[in-house]
Amino acid sequence: MNTCSCSKSDLTLVDKVLEEYAGTPGSLIAILQKAQAIYGYLPADVIYRIAEKTGNSPAKVMGVATFYTQFRLEPVGKYMLMLCQGTACHVNGSERIAAAIQEELGIGDGGTTEDGLFSVKHVACLGCCSLSPVMMINEDTYGSLTPDKALSIIREIRAKEVQG
Amino acid sequence: MRVIVGEGSCGLAAGAGKVYEALQTKLEGIESASLGITGCVGMCWLEPIVDLYNGKMLAKRLVHVAPEDADDIAAAVQSGDLSLVDRITIRKEDEDFLRKQTRIALRHCGVIDPADINDYMADDGYQALEKVLGTMTPEEVIEEIKVSGLAGRGGAGFPTWFKWKAARNAAGGPKYLICNADEGDPGAFMDRAVIESDPHSLIEGMMIAAYAIGAAEAIVYVRAEYPLAIVRLENAIKQAREAGKLGKNILGSDFSCDMRIKAGAGAFVCGEETALIESLEGNRGMPRLKPPFPANSGYWHKPSNINNVETFANVAWIILNGGDKFAAMGTEDSKGTKVFALTGKIKRGGLVEIPMGKTLREVIFDIGGGIRDDKEFKAVQMGGPSGGCIPASLLDTPIDYKKLSATGAIMGSGGMVVMDENTCMVGMAKFFLDFTAKESCGKCVHCRIGTKRMQEILTRITEGEGREGDIELLEELCAAVKDGALCGLGQTAPNPVLTTLRYFRDEYEAHINEKKCPAGSCAALLTYSIDPSKCVGCTMCARKCPAGAIAGTVRNPHSIDPEKCIRCGQCLAACRFGAVSVG
Repeated sequence: MNTCSCSKSDLTLVDKVLEEYAGTPGSLIAILQKAQAIYGYLPADVIYRIAEKTGNSPAKVMGVATFYTQFRLEPVGKYMLMLCQGTACHVNGSERIAAAIQEELGIGDGGTTEDGLFSVKHVACLGCCSLSPVMMINEDTYGSLTPDKALSIIREIRAKEVQG
Repeated sequence: MRVIVGEGSCGLAAGAGKVYEALQTKLEGIESASLGITGCVGMCWLEPIVDLYNGKMLAKRLVHVAPEDADDIAAAVQSGDLSLVDRITIRKEDEDFLRKQTRIALRHCGVIDPADINDYMADDGYQALEKVLGTMTPEEVIEEIKVSGLAGRGGAGFPTWFKWKAARNAAGGPKYLICNADEGDPGAFMDRAVIESDPHSLIEGMMIAAYAIGAAEAIVYVRAEYPLAIVRLENAIKQAREAGKLGKNILGSDFSCDMRIKAGAGAFVCGEETALIESLEGNRGMPRLKPPFPANSGYWHKPSNINNVETFANVAWIILNGGDKFAAMGTEDSKGTKVFALTGKIKRGGLVEIPMGKTLREVIFDIGGGIRDDKEFKAVQMGGPSGGCIPASLLDTPIDYKKLSATGAIMGSGGMVVMDENTCMVGMAKFFLDFTAKESCGKCVHCRIGTKRMQEILTRITEGEGREGDIELLEELCAAVKDGALCGLGQTAPNPVLTTLRYFRDEYEAHINEKKCPAGSCAALLTYSIDPSKCVGCTMCARKCPAGAIAGTVRNPHSIDPEKCIRCGQCLAACRFGAVSVG
């Protein structure tokens, strides 16, 4: 497959990024980061375009994109819930939080709810260990979680969204 | 009076941003008051923290501050009657947490405004760089660092001067200076705190190192999970460049060096220096074979030197105060101070900087206040996935690279996760092997497959499927992975298993032979039951049970069907009468 027919992204957006980094060696990760910031994830056609313009094989670009946990190959929900899996969170019961979230949203690590509202991701230590267990929802961090507290935070967001 | 809100990541997560907004409104119009921010003072369990300063003097430290407290704070500041905020003032015993520390790497953290270079300059900032560029040769700088005995604070403890000298003497160029801020050890957050709270210390330390090795470009590789650190460092680099502290002809000298940030993309192995270099070059972060070492062939195969954030944060202090003063602290083998991130089942969790040579007991009990809820201390995990669990019998071990290594753990980057009687040590080993198996880059067979097999064995043991011979098989795998893995990640991955086997073998045996988890933590090995004499029939547990395993009617004792029970523990958490027990 040389061209991708499965997704149709506006490639002019990534072209601007590619121009910015043209001739800068070693910038593949930075390009992927910027592309993901634009599209919310890395659509297949964007990966092919990056490969073509940077002179890499699509396999190499895909290899880098799948190596790092930051990169996503699927669209994500409006709210990205990142549950910390650090040692302190583990010791202080993050597994119970994960179970409660799974029960509430019906999705586990890597999943997205059908309404496209929430995605859940288990992430490496967020570095807020003294407030463990911790989760981040988009830019906001929530600490000292209990299963009930985590659920009320999620329900609050959902209620806000339903009200519009 | 200056009102200063602690805005590190922990503080913000605890609500410092809302406190700041509330104070902004309430302090408006009070002429004697000014509102500002600082970074993280390291007393994370007391966040959000607000400090009241008279000039440079800390007049009062307020803790667990809520936005609703803004009225009282404003009244206290306006009237000068600080007793109005006694209610939220830090307790004497909590103050001990800081009083018992010796702060060098963290000297400005929670004191200065990280967003303002002038605040840093007012506290001796950039004077070391001035001294170095004005009066010292690169060789003299390296000599001073040698005298100090400073060793790599990222974990390996390799002498800093030796790496600098190797890079200085390496043939070819350009040379690169790299800061490893890919703080990936779960449970360690001192590097994040330093960058967020005192970014200029890092910049100054790096510029001094760049001068010593002769580097024209400095790069900071920061973890993607630390967005605030990246923002603050970007701002600090911009300010430093404008003030002539980096860039062309620094401070009017012949020395030029610029600096940039590279955001990581999430891969633990990139904390390994050659993997980090691969990542900087835009590749998958897979380690290279050593030798050649980065000092001779690093970034773009040019001479490169890589140090950790905390290492750099000590440099300016050493130059200003003298290497001998730094070396006067610590032990024969380990000089100076070390920062630890004290977390887990600890009363006072946060950042602790102490001279080397203090014992684990002093850090955990004197400074950290001991175990939460007065439970029994069981072990402290040091060094993250590369380290190990140290038991109570070794609490008097002095903090020193060699002495800690002798326990089977390592100094590591400084994560210190405290565990109590309810933490299962087999579960801990499994937790770390889950981590390393997931983070193994896959380049070498021993690490890729060895960690996976160990993870599988540990999983079956914690699920009650352990077999006779599993312990021996684990030991064999540990030895093979240690010997055969290519990089530090793999070579040290067995440590959590080896130390728990060494000190808590009985727990492994109980899991395998008796199908019991002595800590009462492994879900598959637990049985939940309700004591009918304590149960009042409030129905709370039955309503919480997601499996419908609890039967009973209002005001009558309930019971749990072990066949249906999924061992989630929600009934235990829900019961307010202590009627649910687990065994």
